[in-house]
Amino acid sequence: MTTPPFLSLRDAMARHVRDGMTVALEGFTHLIPFAAGHELIRQHRADLTLVRMTPDLIYDQMIGMGCAAKLVFSWGGNPGVGSLHRLRDAVEHQWPRPLALDEHSHAGLAVRYTAGASGLPFGVLKGYTGTDLVTANKSQIATITCPFTGDVLTALPALTPDVTILHAPQADREGNVLLRGIVGACREAAQAARVLVVTVEEVVDQLDAPMNAFVIPAWQVAAIAVVPGGAYPSYAHGYYARDNAFYLAWDDIARDRARFTEWMTTHVLETATHAEFLQRVGAVA
Amino acid sequence: MTAYTPDEMMTVAAARRLTNGAVCFVGIGLPSAACNLARLTHAPDLVLIYESGTVGTRPTVLPLSIGDGELAETARSVIPLPEVFTHYLQRGRVDVGFLGGAQIDRFGNLNSTVIGPYDTPTVRLPGAGGAPEIATHVRELLIVMKQTARTFVDQLDFRTTAGFLDGGDARSRAGLPGGGPRAVITNLGELTPDPGTRELVLSAIFMGVTVDDVRAACGWPLRVADTVARIVPPTTIELQTLRALQDRTREAHAHRVRITLPT
Repeated sequence: MTTPPFLSLRDAMARHVRDGMTVALEGFTHLIPFAAGHELIRQHRADLTLVRMTPDLIYDQMIGMGCAAKLVFSWGGNPGVGSLHRLRDAVEHQWPRPLALDEHSHAGLAVRYTAGASGLPFGVLKGYTGTDLVTANKSQIATITCPFTGDVLTALPALTPDVTILHAPQADREGNVLLRGIVGACREAAQAARVLVVTVEEVVDQLDAPMNAFVIPAWQVAAIAVVPGGAYPSYAHGYYARDNAFYLAWDDIARDRARFTEWMTTHVLETATHAEFLQRVGAVA
Repeated sequence: MTAYTPDEMMTVAAARRLTNGAVCFVGIGLPSAACNLARLTHAPDLVLIYESGTVGTRPTVLPLSIGDGELAETARSVIPLPEVFTHYLQRGRVDVGFLGGAQIDRFGNLNSTVIGPYDTPTVRLPGAGGAPEIATHVRELLIVMKQTARTFVDQLDFRTTAGFLDGGDARSRAGLPGGGPRAVITNLGELTPDPGTRELVLSAIFMGVTVDDVRAACGWPLRVADTVARIVPPTTIELQTLRALQDRTREAHAHRVRITLPT
């Protein structure tokens, strides 16, 4: 058993994420690795290809701070609220820099991760038929004929991120990681990655894991950083709830370039750690 | 009779379309409100699946996002997202899907991607999400949208989601397994597809709305059924249930979260 190193968040990001890489910060509404994303912003990472099914606020922030050259995604809104204004500004006005898009549906991006996790060059689904996505993103969407039935299916290239970053409730001292609750495509994104880095709420002696639980074995994990509150304003089930009020408030903050930049400077660039960020944003009890 | 808003009428009309026991793929916003209203009134055994992987969920407050903890806590099971789309949706285990969009055309095709050209949009919308495959696979698709001449358009800027494509048998020729749009519920009434041409036809209107109102709020020359039904206004129970649900929801979403950090 190889135990991955337990690093500070700063060291974990600095060691594994470099400019120009393809990076997936997964977690579907739940367990979004906000602390890791903020640390990448603090380290001024640039030219990243960012992969996420739902870019959410964390990619809105990374895009607005100029970290991303390209976005691979399937739904880019603030759930239940409206637009991601920084994503929109980047696509509509190339601010702060142009952003290339590799756009899919949820079903399609899930297939791409699954193919990557399975060691296959592509995945198939019954989908995309009759949509303009097929022409808008034609280098990444094709058809293939089933050799057994003759059915025409949609084929999508595998996704194999250089680094996948997840936030999880627990790791044990050997570095095995437990996920639970809504997991989205975390399992597939983890297995598809060349390198997996995980932030966790806490380290425990014994994982609270029933037999069929979603446990990532220690030998698949490159580094672990213990970051309590690391998913905030997303959530970690059993630890803290999604801060829906913050998601609602983000709409105003992100709408204006100057207000966004000032907010990011005050809350992210000028804080050294996630704990300081949580204090400054008023999320600490 | 209690006064009600067009949004409430829309939600109630959508809820009434759901039959007890159906398996329903739920989107956030009005579809989520309608599905839970149906579950709390005439359809207690409605099976709600949210794309976050919560299957058979029974939230007491409406989620703001598609993956709030409330959905996981009240679900029969919580499964990985790829499985929702493959083992449930693609396998044909979902009866009803619920979608909206920024634009719809006369054959029930939807745009939720861009206004303007794809590469240089004037408005970049959120994009596809689960919509294309929900519309591909469900037995019946319900569409809920506010109707204006800007949203009910002659020509979509982008086809994110296939309804009946160019009409007639175009959908089945393209090999799309699901049944396609069954009804479009708006703030003015309901449109349903003609069984032959598949063009949307105005078939029912809400109280206080005229056929001319609906025609004026449509970007193509709207066909009107020989007999246009009047939709019964929300009952007291429907309204009370919906408002209580939305009050609980507002209360739940207003609170900032506070985290206790380890010392």
